[in-house]
Amino acid sequence: MTCPASVPDSERKSATSPSQRPGDSANQPFDASSVGWTSANTIRLVSADAPLSLALGGQLGPIDVEYETYGSLSPAKDNVVFVAHALSGDAHAAGWDKNAGAARPWRARKPGWWEAIIGPGKAIDTNRFFVICPNVLGGCYGTTGPASLDPATGKPYALRFPKVTVSDWVAVHGRLLDALGIERVSAVVGGSLGGQQALEMALRFPDRVDRAVVLAASARLSAQGLAFNTVGRFCILNDPSFADGDYYPTAGPSSGLAAARMLAHITYLSNDGMHEKFGRRLQGGQADTENGFGVEFAVESYLDYQGRRFVERFDANSYLYITRAMDYYDATAWGQGNLVEACRRIKGRVLVVSFSSDWLYPPEACRELALAIVKAGKQASYVNVPSPYGHDAFLVESSAVSRLLAGFLRQP
Amino acid sequence: MIPTRPPATDATWLEQHNPDRLPPGLFERRIAEIAAIAGAHPPAPALPRPQERWQDDVIAAEVQVGSRVLDLGCGNGQLIERLQRERQARGQGVEVDPEAVLAGIERGVCVLQADLSEGLSWFADASFDFVILEETLQTLPNPWLMLSEMLRVGRRGIVSFPNFGHWRVIVDLLAHGRMPVTERLPSHWYDSRNIHPFTLQDLLDWVDAWKVRLVAGHSFSDGSLRPLRPEDDNLLAEEILLVVERK
Repeated sequence: MTCPASVPDSERKSATSPSQRPGDSANQPFDASSVGWTSANTIRLVSADAPLSLALGGQLGPIDVEYETYGSLSPAKDNVVFVAHALSGDAHAAGWDKNAGAARPWRARKPGWWEAIIGPGKAIDTNRFFVICPNVLGGCYGTTGPASLDPATGKPYALRFPKVTVSDWVAVHGRLLDALGIERVSAVVGGSLGGQQALEMALRFPDRVDRAVVLAASARLSAQGLAFNTVGRFCILNDPSFADGDYYPTAGPSSGLAAARMLAHITYLSNDGMHEKFGRRLQGGQADTENGFGVEFAVESYLDYQGRRFVERFDANSYLYITRAMDYYDATAWGQGNLVEACRRIKGRVLVVSFSSDWLYPPEACRELALAIVKAGKQASYVNVPSPYGHDAFLVESSAVSRLLAGFLRQP
Repeated sequence: MIPTRPPATDATWLEQHNPDRLPPGLFERRIAEIAAIAGAHPPAPALPRPQERWQDDVIAAEVQVGSRVLDLGCGNGQLIERLQRERQARGQGVEVDPEAVLAGIERGVCVLQADLSEGLSWFADASFDFVILEETLQTLPNPWLMLSEMLRVGRRGIVSFPNFGHWRVIVDLLAHGRMPVTERLPSHWYDSRNIHPFTLQDLLDWVDAWKVRLVAGHSFSDGSLRPLRPEDDNLLAEEILLVVERK
């Protein structure tokens, strides 16, 4: 795996002091409500001689998948919660990466992205459930992606990596379950692009999914959503360091990727949320009228920080591939363009959750999905959680999400 | 096609309902009847606080084991949870308030956040054995449509409601000239959820007009529950629960 080299970040804040490093058990950064130290597994799910046929044509092999698990698999293998990550997420959903080290130093500073939800006694209770979270195909966290070596050339795939879709990801998820000897999951859970994977899993493998939780996601992205992704990719593709994707082993189009991330972060917040968090506050207390166009407003500083943080840990080519998969995803394909017909495939129960100020996957679109499931004669729950936090609410509103997940996972 | 009553502007209808031209003696008989009932009752403040949600017990008894149940305006899902537990029902709730929906899902009930004023178009015909409107019908902007929807998506409907024909409501209005406020109807006109008050007789008219079969009725007044007596209960029942089905 090759992720871009780190960009100096003067604003770096450390959640753990240097003494709280893995192995220093006296100063563990977690308590008993965390899954604790984690380490990823890598598994070859597709070999080079029997490649996977992809939804958009072409084949890919070998395919390695990095995944993490928490909790214990019951002898009957019937306590599985499958967690799907969002665009920039990874398999490290909970706990503290024991092997963060030099390869993934950012993981030494904070726990997995859904630490608030997954753990002993938490909503996805690892005392009860065996949680599996894999990194998606085309990503940059250990699963085969554009930075992986193409066996045909011995060089990174870069843009020679085939176009992959959410459907391909879920096909690979199915193979992961096969490899672990798991027939069906108690629940598949995800937010945003992860929510679409959860939906796709319920559609593609109806007999393997008892429950699906779709947070802040709908059957397909709106024109507005497509537009945001377009601008993000434009920033990367037109960065002079992009070099048609063949920038490895350098960091490549860092400023383009940072700009894409900054734009994305705007779409993850809401006007009200931004007003509340930053308003028109100036970062240094006053405008810098002398030096032109540096970071002046608090919101500017936030975006600058998010952009720089992101390029430390993400590969621009993966960003292109994953946003494209997000663009292409359309659950109505299972019903020849009709969402209700598509939803007739579903056999388990579905929980759809939207957040009132989300404008990336707006409540109306999420509600449309929930109603389509009901129209198809299936059982669905839907709630539009009032929140000022925009799309990010699926991660921020952990109290509401915990209540919903705990209840839904308890449903008979 | 939804049957409707004649419009209130219809000349014949107006003639029949003209309060200025009542049949001789009718008004006097009604007043005497209500006065007799009121005189026979102890004053309201002496009554024990009536049991909350007596309807739940009745519904739990009416719903057959293993039924598919839709609870419209399900609040925090308490009733569905009970029906799932006691009657092994397959429950689905609809509720407009997000906090109540959250509480319902949290308790393990399947709840859809939706506004009943939009109808029930997202539910297929005959997809439930029972559709429940517990203390909800009179709060809706379009109760007439909802009654029709109830029996479209469900085989049987269960409707419970406060009876605005109850003698205490009439006496309160008559005596004070203001919208009634009683122990069972504690809100003032301006903050009441009951935007479409109706009486038992109104609903029995609907049963007739729509050729619906009245399967069972329960009447609740002064803290006690008994089977419905359709001929008396327009004045005597404070609250009513009817079970109806398509013929």
